Amino acid sequence: MRKYSAFAIAREAMRGHKGWEQQWRSPEPKASYDVIIVGAGGHGLATAYYLAKEHGITNVAVLDKGWLGGGNTGRNTTIIRSNYLYDESAGIYDHALKLWDGLSQDLNYNVMYSPRGVMMLAHNVHDVQVLKRHVHANRLNGIDNEWLTPEEAKEFCPPLNISRNARYPVVGATLQRRGGTARHDAVAWGYARGADARGVDIIQNCEVTGIRRSPEGHVLGVETSRGFIGAKKVGVVAAGHTSVLMEMAGVRMPLESYPLQALVSEPIKPIFPCVVMSNTVHAYISQSDKGELVIGAGTDQYTSYSQTGGLHIINHTLDAICEMFPIFTRMKMLRSWGGIVDVTPDRSPILAKTPVKGLYVNCGWGTGGFKATPGSGNVFAHTIARDEPHPINAPFTLERFRTGRLIDEAAAAAVAH
Amino acid sequence: MLLIRCPYCEEELPELEFRNAGEAHVVRSSHLADVSDQDFEEFFFIRTNPKGIIYERWRHIHGCARFFNAVRDTVSDKFLMTYKAGEPKPLLVSEPAKTAPAKPKAAAKPRSRKGDA
Repeated sequence: MRKYSAFAIAREAMRGHKGWEQQWRSPEPKASYDVIIVGAGGHGLATAYYLAKEHGITNVAVLDKGWLGGGNTGRNTTIIRSNYLYDESAGIYDHALKLWDGLSQDLNYNVMYSPRGVMMLAHNVHDVQVLKRHVHANRLNGIDNEWLTPEEAKEFCPPLNISRNARYPVVGATLQRRGGTARHDAVAWGYARGADARGVDIIQNCEVTGIRRSPEGHVLGVETSRGFIGAKKVGVVAAGHTSVLMEMAGVRMPLESYPLQALVSEPIKPIFPCVVMSNTVHAYISQSDKGELVIGAGTDQYTSYSQTGGLHIINHTLDAICEMFPIFTRMKMLRSWGGIVDVTPDRSPILAKTPVKGLYVNCGWGTGGFKATPGSGNVFAHTIARDEPHPINAPFTLERFRTGRLIDEAAAAAVAH
Repeated sequence: MLLIRCPYCEEELPELEFRNAGEAHVVRSSHLADVSDQDFEEFFFIRTNPKGIIYERWRHIHGCARFFNAVRDTVSDKFLMTYKAGEPKPLLVSEPAKTAPAKPKAAAKPRSRKGDA
């Protein structure tokens, strides 16, 4: 892998940019690997990267039925934060946040992590109580999160309407200054390039159609659209399609897959300095470095694999955005799209071993998995390499739905789900 | 937005009148306190989440307010049929998505668009 640097740009500028290499190979699948990761999104590629980098396991393949980063990694609204309520969530999301800081240097790839601040609005007494509870819980876990008055919120985010006559009056807000955004495609590409350089095979257009097991039940490999590929260990990191893949190994999952939509406006000059989320009216918004307003909507109410959602869901979100930011009422929206998110009953992820020997699963990130990409890959690689969970992901088991040890961020409602 | 046929009102109406109520034909034990942890997990948390034909409950919340069941393809979001609560799970032919639906259906699939922002 040739290192990217200011010097490299200068050198290539002199040579007409003819010396840039492909960022990763497109190898033919080998007969077998030590580890196969199913799903070449951010989480899967990060898992492969850390397997190679931290655990010395380089005989790894990452399979994807489409192209890498083409699922939810390329469809989310790129928000990064770690101000979750419960200790377990704070642990894993802040582990990720610490990795975001320095990820560009680690990968030698600019992921454009921008800690511009994530503000969450309170519109009523209940919101104030819930969000202040979050501030206190976060402080006890060593996570920065502070309470702002409406005036302070307006000062931090000038387009915000804090009029008392607003339809959704802002009565306060929390602010996590370390939160922000990153360039989602660059995250997938950076991890792919880093993993490939360490010997990982990234095999695109290779759909897994079955999981082969020994008579004793141990994983032997995967059947794919390009033939059987053997593996001692298989990690499923397939977001919305996790239920489908796990069914191939006879494991029924506590998951439901819903469409989640987002949309962007026409690009405009820099106007929006941070990320603003509103739980109650269900909207979140930021401005990309291209200038587009990036707006996230809610899920549809029914399960689906269609990667499309209802127009009324987007409309509802835009209603709220226009109420809170009247300055945007005449903006044109450029495009909208949907992704399929896998939602657990307690709205916390599952990163764990499974009842099938050699089969591991990383799923259930629901509507907010992007922020966790580095931390998720990091601890999942540990889980696969050592065949036991890292202390950070130890609580995120599949068995918690039997034992009752839920991590109930659904009730805690750190964010609209 | 989906168009959904309420089997009680016998009318095809916009999705806004309805509330989805999850997977259908999940049987609740009459002695829930006595079931094992494994059975409770199966009943309460585990879902089929099929890619393809799903049997699901809907409630006509802004109409007759009654629960009913529907058969829908989760890839195309097309309804194959709806039927009243309490009626047995209808048996469908092996490839239902490709054959003509047996009963009135509703189909309103938004255009597929992809984005990368």
